[in-house]
Amino acid sequence: MVKLKKVLLFINMYTFKELLKFKLSESSVYKKLNISLLSDQSCQFLTKSIIGYGIKNLFDLSIWEAPINQIDSQILNPKSSFNNKNFDITIVFESSHSLLKKFNSTQNKETFSGEQFIRFKELIEELHRSSKTKVILFNFYELNDQVFGNFSSKTKNSFIYQLRRLNFLISEFTSTISRISILDISSIQNKIGSKNMFDSSLYVNYGMVLSLDSNPIISKNIIDIISSYNSIFKKCIILDLDNTLWGGIIGDDGIENIKLGNLGIGKSFVDFQYWIKKLKDRGIIICVCSKNNEDVSRNVFINHPDMVLSLDDISLFVSNWDSKVDNIKNIQKTLNIGFDSMVFIDDNPYERDSIKENIPFITVPDLPKDPSNYVSFLSDENLFETVTYSNIDKDRTKLYQTEYKRVKSRSNFTDLSDYMINLDMKSNVELLNLFNIPRVSQLSQRSNQFNLRTIRYEEDDLIQIMNSDDSYGLVFDLRDKFGDHGIISFLILKKTSLGEVFIENWAMSCRVLERGMENFVINYLQEFCENQNIDFITSEYLESPKNSLVKNLYDKL
Amino acid sequence: MERNEILKKVNDVFIDVLEEEVSIKEEYSSYDVDGWDSLTHIMLIVETEKKFNIKFLSSEIISWENVGEMIDCIEEKLK
Repeated sequence: MVKLKKVLLFINMYTFKELLKFKLSESSVYKKLNISLLSDQSCQFLTKSIIGYGIKNLFDLSIWEAPINQIDSQILNPKSSFNNKNFDITIVFESSHSLLKKFNSTQNKETFSGEQFIRFKELIEELHRSSKTKVILFNFYELNDQVFGNFSSKTKNSFIYQLRRLNFLISEFTSTISRISILDISSIQNKIGSKNMFDSSLYVNYGMVLSLDSNPIISKNIIDIISSYNSIFKKCIILDLDNTLWGGIIGDDGIENIKLGNLGIGKSFVDFQYWIKKLKDRGIIICVCSKNNEDVSRNVFINHPDMVLSLDDISLFVSNWDSKVDNIKNIQKTLNIGFDSMVFIDDNPYERDSIKENIPFITVPDLPKDPSNYVSFLSDENLFETVTYSNIDKDRTKLYQTEYKRVKSRSNFTDLSDYMINLDMKSNVELLNLFNIPRVSQLSQRSNQFNLRTIRYEEDDLIQIMNSDDSYGLVFDLRDKFGDHGIISFLILKKTSLGEVFIENWAMSCRVLERGMENFVINYLQEFCENQNIDFITSEYLESPKNSLVKNLYDKL
Repeated sequence: MERNEILKKVNDVFIDVLEEEVSIKEEYSSYDVDGWDSLTHIMLIVETEKKFNIKFLSSEIISWENVGEMIDCIEEKLK
């Protein structure tokens, strides 16, 4: 048995014993969530681990465990205990061991995955229909009894074939459904090994399929998903250059001698750059912060044949001899996102410590010494969990690049209103429709600063509002001479009585603050209401940790 | 390893898992120790396996009546 401790240390996680010891502290503020756990086995250790990891991430979690082996009945029976309570999150964990038992007693093994898929489809649809709970569904870890040897992979009669097919069908089906996430326990088992994840004596004596020490990594991934559901996610990576994106120091070694390419350690840096590039493609903002002359750094991006990242991939390129602390603070001001949504990657432990000391909320992973381990280490950290992905994500880098041009152009005008006139801004206003709903939903999840009542809307919520006679959704986009911002604000209005509406929520992207957009929205709202014979508009500001910016907005307008 | 050395190491495991300065005796069972319940029992077994770098059989775990019988089992495996 591989020493699990060695594997765990590599993944840089808490041990099971440590997790059990974490307690709520009086000096911290926790988000309270109600969680249900439906499983075919006893999950008391998993529950305790999830609570422990939750505490570390400022969640105060109450977990209700359904009686063992009642996954279907608890979900499908409207009178069940599960259906009589309200849960923010529902975790469903059926073990592959149970699945194998079912497979063993099935006559027609070839249709097994199809039948199980129908069963899961029904469970998922019922969960989605009956409440607003957000679901975390474990997929099936691989159990290969190798009855057919390697041939098992290509015969429909084998368990492994049917298990993999079921996993795929569930993936495919859930890709179109909101409010459900897959906990990829199959990948986790790949990382730590089935001999580390499964303890046969725990299984035989207590019916538990998970070893004690596999609970931390599983519960960490659950908390990562829960954080994403609660709009806590990383938006930006700040990268060092020397010995991070390439081997060696460009200022000393010169462009011909840095290690990047097909030979030796150069391969690892190429792999790392591909990994960063994929993150950029999915909407993570990439910035550079390096201690080098700017032209020397830029030159590598422009002229080195093996560079994977190009200048187009970088939203903000900061290369100078100032302190990285100051540089990062400036980057944060320009991007206008929280430090807690940034990740700083640097091979140099002194730079990392300096950032950790001076900017406490930013995430600073301790890169392993060997660059060939950068990608596996960072992927194990699972820093970039998400529960949404839309078209606007792909274009996010371009949005920030055009923003930078605007900011630079602003420094050419002394008077703010001249600058704004010069921008030549235009805004289109639409009612909620099926095309703008995904983006509006995402905007409501992401915006924290300009968010009057911090109400998050799922796509389903917005479809209801769109179809209802009692409410209006107004969607605003913005273009100027530098480019298109896309949809950047929305208003949800609820009719409270004849001739009166209440602003259920008003949110705006932090990228377009202080540009007069707020005034435009209010003016439009007044016109809209006049046209609809509405005489009174009521509104409210609900305080949250991040929206103090808009505390006095209504008074000002 | 001597029997009393095994007992001392097992005692260390108990202290670590139960977070109490206990002093267990060979005749003790779960009735005699505060905090030794069905869940901590599992942790005690897993941590003991790690401490001595051994694996207990499922049938062995079920068979013990007290700490002494567990130590018998450990002694056998260390031979």
